[in-house]
Amino acid sequence: MLRLLRTMWTIRAFEEKVSELFGRREVHGLLHLSIGQEAVAAGACAALRTTDRVVSGHRPHGHAIAKGVDIASLFAELAGRETGCCRGKGGSMHLAAPTTGFVTATGIVGGNVALALGVAFACKEREKQEVAAVFFGDGAGQSGAFHESLNIAALWKLPLLFICENNGYAEFTPLSAHTPISQLARHAETYGIPSATVDGNDVLAVRTAISDAAARARAGGGPSFIECMTYRLRGHYEGDPAKYRELSELSDWKTKDPIRRFAATLVKKGTCTHEQMRAVEAEARASVEAAAQKASTGAWPSVDEVTTLVYAG
Amino acid sequence: MREITYAEAKVEALRDVMRADRRVCLIGSYFLGLSPRRVLLEDIRKEFPGRVFDPPISEGGVCGLAVGAAMAGLRPIVDVTTASFLFHGFPQVINEAANVRYMSGGQLSAPVVFHILHGLRGGGAAQHSHSPQAMLWNTPGLEIALPASPRDVKGLLAEAVHSDNPTIVVDHARLFEVKGEVPEELFSIPFGRAEVKRNGRDVTIVASSLMVQRALEAAGTAVAEGIDAEVVDLRTLVPLDKQTVLTSIAKTGRLVVVDECHRSCGVAAEIAALAAEEGFSQLKAPVKRVATLDVPVPFSQPLERYIEPTAEKILATIREIMR
Ligand SMILES: Cc1ncc(C[n+]2csc(CCOP(=O)(O)OP(=O)(O)O)c2C)c(N)n1
Repeated sequence: MLRLLRTMWTIRAFEEKVSELFGRREVHGLLHLSIGQEAVAAGACAALRTTDRVVSGHRPHGHAIAKGVDIASLFAELAGRETGCCRGKGGSMHLAAPTTGFVTATGIVGGNVALALGVAFACKEREKQEVAAVFFGDGAGQSGAFHESLNIAALWKLPLLFICENNGYAEFTPLSAHTPISQLARHAETYGIPSATVDGNDVLAVRTAISDAAARARAGGGPSFIECMTYRLRGHYEGDPAKYRELSELSDWKTKDPIRRFAATLVKKGTCTHEQMRAVEAEARASVEAAAQKASTGAWPSVDEVTTLVYAG
Repeated sequence: MREITYAEAKVEALRDVMRADRRVCLIGSYFLGLSPRRVLLEDIRKEFPGRVFDPPISEGGVCGLAVGAAMAGLRPIVDVTTASFLFHGFPQVINEAANVRYMSGGQLSAPVVFHILHGLRGGGAAQHSHSPQAMLWNTPGLEIALPASPRDVKGLLAEAVHSDNPTIVVDHARLFEVKGEVPEELFSIPFGRAEVKRNGRDVTIVASSLMVQRALEAAGTAVAEGIDAEVVDLRTLVPLDKQTVLTSIAKTGRLVVVDECHRSCGVAAEIAALAAEEGFSQLKAPVKRVATLDVPVPFSQPLERYIEPTAEKILATIREIMR
């Protein structure tokens, strides 16, 4: 239980720090924060094994952290340093750390879903009972790649968990401007894929749904679709004034903050004390600070690096 | 004449073509990217309710819709936003729009405009920094316009809408703040007319899009070294104004081509081939290219700056060719 809380706090602290560093121009590029959506990453990855494979999209920090990617290497990547998980070549939207099971993120909306299809295909071919999971937003649900992937995953019974983070917006417009369908899980029904729509700000609900889906996939039951209803508390990207949504909507969702909610539940149930809760937050913040500090001393890639790794060999 | 910004001229063009032609509609509306100037587009939304559409993230469907609508008589302008996303519409752009007139024996045409923002943007990394104009140029049937000044963006956008061919307007967010003189009324700049943006006698710099501004900067600095560079802005790749390029080479005898595409098979390569085939006897020195290095665009800022065709690199190349 405390592990779930620690993961969520680590993601939150990481992204708050990223925002601060962005303000000081120490990290750059197009940054999409997942503040408010931490329960999806933490709950889902807690239900997966280390050997399971995760693919993410343009809002990937939380998924990478929850899958166990080294935080200092993430900070360094966002700053474009050589010590970054991708040697500074990828940046925020293109994180990758395959040895942790975090295969890759992609900046191409919908592209992640198709890539994950292939990762699941490889899992199945290897017959190791590994599963693949893909995180994507509600906006991706309108892409061709998404619909093609649902069909193939169902047809070939691939061990793939479609994890939709329905935060109600794609960039600056609400879901209703993009599709007449309010629950994306309904697309899964069309293809006979088992689906569930859960409260994405309830980390335990997410974990349970993903556990069930992973068990089904391991048993040869094919793909599942889990739609997590959530909300991003920040703008679409760092610097987005987010004038397209009502303040009341924002404050309403703030009361449903997944971290504070889970902490309160734990205290209420007597699982732990207030002091322990605060200690978890403090530890997470301290480890994030230390990682940021470590990353800030990383070297810049030398310009000779620019032509390396374009091809194998 | 009044001076306005590139961003203002662009929005004015959209407004004027919509006023002039009821067949024009906008599919997508981030013509000014994420620039703070994008608020200017609000006026267009207000003035033309029902003619501005915000599509879902379905580039394949959206580009196909626009091509089909154009075949059926409309004049849609599709904002694909970042050029890299055009790849998701390639089946419709390359395989349908570009071919339809030819394949139908002239019965059909697809007078659609695709708008993209190309190039390095500072941290866009490999997936949000493409300059696909050379790839597009390798597809017969598409017209390609690349404005580089406030006046040109207004005139070329208008011409793109009038054109009976599918046209790609390849724009660059780093041009939005450039200021210049722009006529108030709606006007078109005919395609296939390059413009000499700076007269000079020592060396010709051929460029397009943002690279025109960089070339002008380099040419300005070169004056202090006694080098008088001529800057030719292609303005459209298709149709290509060979004559203006060849005339300039005949005058200066030296050619530097500046291009934000990757070096291999880029726009610069084609212009160099033109010089080799049709201007060889005029050349006093081998043609030189200043282009983006042949690597995926790196995220890290020191690396991104290293691969970029900058004014300094253009200047260094001018010095070299003058030696
Ligand atoms: C193919 C493609 N088209 C457009 C974009 C630009 N873009 C980046 S994020 C985004 C919205 C994505 O919305 P959603 O999938 O709901 O994820 P969220 O941002 O809400 O996490 C868009 C349109 C892109 N990156 N890729």
